[in-house]
Amino acid sequence: MSAHASYYVPAQSRWPILASVAMFLLAFGAATLVNGLSAKSGAGPGLLMVLAGALLLGLILVGWFANVIQESHAGLYSDQMDRSFRWGMSWFIFSEVMFFAAFFGALFYVRTLSVPWLGGEGDRGVSQMLWPGFTAEWPLMNPPDSERFPGPRELVDPWHIPLLNTVLLVTSSFTVTLAHHALLRDHRPAVARWLGVTVLLGLTFLGFQIYEYVHAYNDLGLTLNAGIYGATFFILTGFHGAHVTLGTFMLIVIFLRVLKGHFDPTNHFGFEAVSWYWHFVDVVWIGLFLFVYVL
Amino acid sequence: MSTLDTAAPGAHEEHHGPATGIGRWLFTTNHKDIGTLYLWFSLLMFLIGGVMALLIRSELFQPGLQLVEPGFFNQLTTMHGLIMVFGAVMPAFVGLANWMVPLMIGAPDMALPRMNNWSFWILPFAFAILVSTLFMDGGAPNFGWTFYAPLSTTYAPPSVTYFIFAIHIMGASSIMGAINIIATILNLRAPGMTMMKLPLFVWTWLITAFLLIAVMPVLAGVVTMMLMDIHFGTSFFNAAGGGDPVLFQHVFWFFGHPEVYIMILPAFGIVSQIIPTFSRKKLFGYASMVYATASIAILSFLVWAHHMFTVGLPLVGELFFMFATMLIAVPTGVKVFNWVATMYRGSLTFETPMLFAIAFVVLFTIGGFSGLMLAIAPVDFQYHDTYFVVAHFHYVLVPGAIFSIMAGVYYWLPKWTGHALNESMGKFHFWCSFIGVNITFFPMHFLGLAGMPRRIPDYALQFADFNMVATVGAFIFGFSQLLFVWNVIHCIRSRETVSAQVWEGAHGLEWEVPSPAPYHTHTTPPRVE
Repeated sequence: MSAHASYYVPAQSRWPILASVAMFLLAFGAATLVNGLSAKSGAGPGLLMVLAGALLLGLILVGWFANVIQESHAGLYSDQMDRSFRWGMSWFIFSEVMFFAAFFGALFYVRTLSVPWLGGEGDRGVSQMLWPGFTAEWPLMNPPDSERFPGPRELVDPWHIPLLNTVLLVTSSFTVTLAHHALLRDHRPAVARWLGVTVLLGLTFLGFQIYEYVHAYNDLGLTLNAGIYGATFFILTGFHGAHVTLGTFMLIVIFLRVLKGHFDPTNHFGFEAVSWYWHFVDVVWIGLFLFVYVL
Repeated sequence: MSTLDTAAPGAHEEHHGPATGIGRWLFTTNHKDIGTLYLWFSLLMFLIGGVMALLIRSELFQPGLQLVEPGFFNQLTTMHGLIMVFGAVMPAFVGLANWMVPLMIGAPDMALPRMNNWSFWILPFAFAILVSTLFMDGGAPNFGWTFYAPLSTTYAPPSVTYFIFAIHIMGASSIMGAINIIATILNLRAPGMTMMKLPLFVWTWLITAFLLIAVMPVLAGVVTMMLMDIHFGTSFFNAAGGGDPVLFQHVFWFFGHPEVYIMILPAFGIVSQIIPTFSRKKLFGYASMVYATASIAILSFLVWAHHMFTVGLPLVGELFFMFATMLIAVPTGVKVFNWVATMYRGSLTFETPMLFAIAFVVLFTIGGFSGLMLAIAPVDFQYHDTYFVVAHFHYVLVPGAIFSIMAGVYYWLPKWTGHALNESMGKFHFWCSFIGVNITFFPMHFLGLAGMPRRIPDYALQFADFNMVATVGAFIFGFSQLLFVWNVIHCIRSRETVSAQVWEGAHGLEWEVPSPAPYHTHTTPPRVE
């Protein structure tokens, strides 16, 4: 336990307070922007605040991570520090799991309980008075008030793009693991190669996902406004897509760091953290494929 | 703020001391500085939320509308709840954890010191956004701190969007803070500090941090669904599109019930530190305390719908949530028994922290019993949304959570500052608070049982007497908190020094470092036998 004696406690840092300012700009700006758009009064200063906040946060993250990388290269970090990072990333991913759990929980609740209740199951008469013609079904193609919430005309066929996307993401989980194994053997060209393949698979997935959204809006009538099916469909696939975007971005950063000669077979937690995150978005997709598309 | 400088010149500084000027507080990575920031922030929020409470009580002093508009009254109850829950109680516990967890487990600092600073500094910005809604067109959020849809979606003022984003960033702050605490406890314990030797405050915070990481993302999820419903045409909480307003309540309370334990488990930990000290005995049933805390945390995920007995749950749901809720009384009873058994045949003295801790045990138990009454589904049909509920949760939160925070501050302040408390002023503060809190909240039980609904600015004449009594109590309680502020400042500026151990019966690593605790402690970890 000699590592205890050298736990690195950084001196003062300017990054966190700046990052708090950036988050304030993002939050206040996003609220102003969204309110302005809803009130049809235009983007106003909100858009400017969001852009400034995002730019500031991006610069801060670059600077903050650069500091951490320098400290790591300077040998300031002990094994114990490495374990702190591992606990930190593990619990962060757990928090992300719970974020998706909220939306999956909402999906299961409407599918198995509230939509059948709306349809009259369990002698619930209220909805019968409001919407006498309503019949419960899942996927819900005809919401109770189909004028305000016109249901989707058609659904996404799970056995075309979603199946292809499943294959792409599962493959990318393998390729990132192959990159990790190559790193453990210190075979650097293979690390870069497999990471590059993983990034390409991630980008292809995102391309297909964007195509699917355009298709859903233009051809299927499947929109955010299409009742509860559209709502659950877009919130689950949308947040997953956002996480794939972030994960791909992280993979690109790791890829560039590998090209710069960072990481060695014993010290590469930055790499591992990204691969954990990538496996996490993969597992979430499996849940999505099953419960949003197939079943 | 330089009076807060706890590492006085010439104190036992092992590395560099604190920086000077405002930069010390803006850029600090020191767990003691950050703990201090959290505690001052929490005190400020407590006073702001308290002023709102006094405005509410003033309006309710007499029947009729006299002081505020009904719309503004709704904003007051909403903001009072949000500020007290997210601004006062939670940051106070995080501040205490920041100060005490590294000292108690022999760690040099928190595991991720820069992120620790970030967790704190998000909060002032988040609450600036939240408080700024009071000055916006349409006013502040007015739908209650539980923000049920469709009040918070279809019928909400435009400021709800700011509320949503403020919740998002304060949630990020809570999650990062909790990750830091877990990583510190799991990874930075001194050699020999095994899990079952951890002080109980550390154990309760470990479990609380787990709850925070598990449910703050669910809160983020529910406010995101609100945002989508309000601005992007979805129908999560709108039956016209096939959604369900009750879905909001399910997701909210899946967060909300663990959340109320987030506000009480650290209180259990503080009281479990204080009672053994002033009983001069070891804590009775240490292991059972740990298991009871873990059981309460696990059960907290299985009881959320007891907040929703009147929304039309299926009978089997009512029964499940009723019995699961009652089950929580078992581990809670274990804890109360252990505190009493610790005091039994102890060599008791009644310094200010001990008075608050004993009051906690008694009054929290009253709040627990009224909780049991509310857990009985058929009876809850009568109590639901009445002042009985208000009485119940104020008993567990004010003489529960808040008293434990005061107890903790009085207990540890001499360690932080190196100066003695003014005991007689502390005792005076205690008795004013104890009497004030009971005069305020006990009559609310009767009001609720008689049918007075919560969250209304006016009421029927038969409720007048008890409301007048409650308002008098609220002013006694509110103004006596100035004694607390006075005592804290007095203690910081006092010249009367204390020993490292401070209290005669206090044991643990935190009492082995000098008072005031040096700016850096345990840079070489102690060995625990």
